[in-house]
Amino acid sequence: MKAVIVQFPGTNRERDIAHAIEVAAGAAPQFVWHAETSLPACDLIVLPGGFSYGDYLRVGAIAAHAPIMADIVKKANDGVAVLGVCNGFQILTEIGLLPGVLMRNADMTFVCRDVHLRVETTDSVFTRAYRRRQVITVPVAHHDGNYFADETTLDALEADNRVAFRYCDTNGAIDPASNPNGSQRAIAGILGENRNVLGMMPHPENLIEMALGGTDGLGLFEGLAQAAA
Amino acid sequence: MKAQVVVTLKTGVLDPQGKAIENALDTLGVSGVESVRQGRYFEVELDGTDRAVAERTVDAMCKQLLANTVIENYRFDIVD
Repeated sequence: MKAVIVQFPGTNRERDIAHAIEVAAGAAPQFVWHAETSLPACDLIVLPGGFSYGDYLRVGAIAAHAPIMADIVKKANDGVAVLGVCNGFQILTEIGLLPGVLMRNADMTFVCRDVHLRVETTDSVFTRAYRRRQVITVPVAHHDGNYFADETTLDALEADNRVAFRYCDTNGAIDPASNPNGSQRAIAGILGENRNVLGMMPHPENLIEMALGGTDGLGLFEGLAQAAA
Repeated sequence: MKAQVVVTLKTGVLDPQGKAIENALDTLGVSGVESVRQGRYFEVELDGTDRAVAERTVDAMCKQLLANTVIENYRFDIVD
């Protein structure tokens, strides 16, 4: 799998993602600086977590207009898989590849801990290695992960089976206590219309080996590697 | 010319920051506050003298960058 990781000023999770991809796919990804205007041919484009441009204006708002973004949008529309994690998810909503917006956490606090996610669909290159309704443990680390969209958009996401992950308890039940940020309908990750774009707030790249406490995040990268093989 | 742009959250969109400010005002003992909504204010210096052109330019920059119209409204004045 040929993977490309885009770096913006303030990106800080790119090495974590690169390690996860290398473990799952056996090949190191290529880093591309945001000021470039074109990406090499690839199977996967990753927008990693961090605080691009210091979260100035709105989270992801400035990065969404970086020179590299036009080619990312073009390749996404051509069918290349695009993964946005945390700040990457925020950027994908700002550029319009995904609907809605990530707002300040409902309780105003930065949340940094493991959460449980329920896999809502296996119909994507990102989630194909999981089972539907499987409960996985993945860490979150964010201040602005409160997913918001209008009711029409939320209904459409559900009707199209585009909610990829929801926050849940250890048994997979959805309840307010398991929702770390107030996201509407407990949404932790969503797919684009063509199912080749995924945005998610949790960090699957940070739970890929037992030394870190678990491997539940590895399936996402293994699914991508299988799909590209 | 100068544009004075105000961006505010749409009605019904939860504003935890405004709520925190509201609570802080209450802690300070400020009375008479019903609610607080937080927004953003921009001053944009513009060259040119055509007001209609300026309005179109500022409207476009609001839509493209200054506001996220999923959750925010914007309004602006062009002043000399």
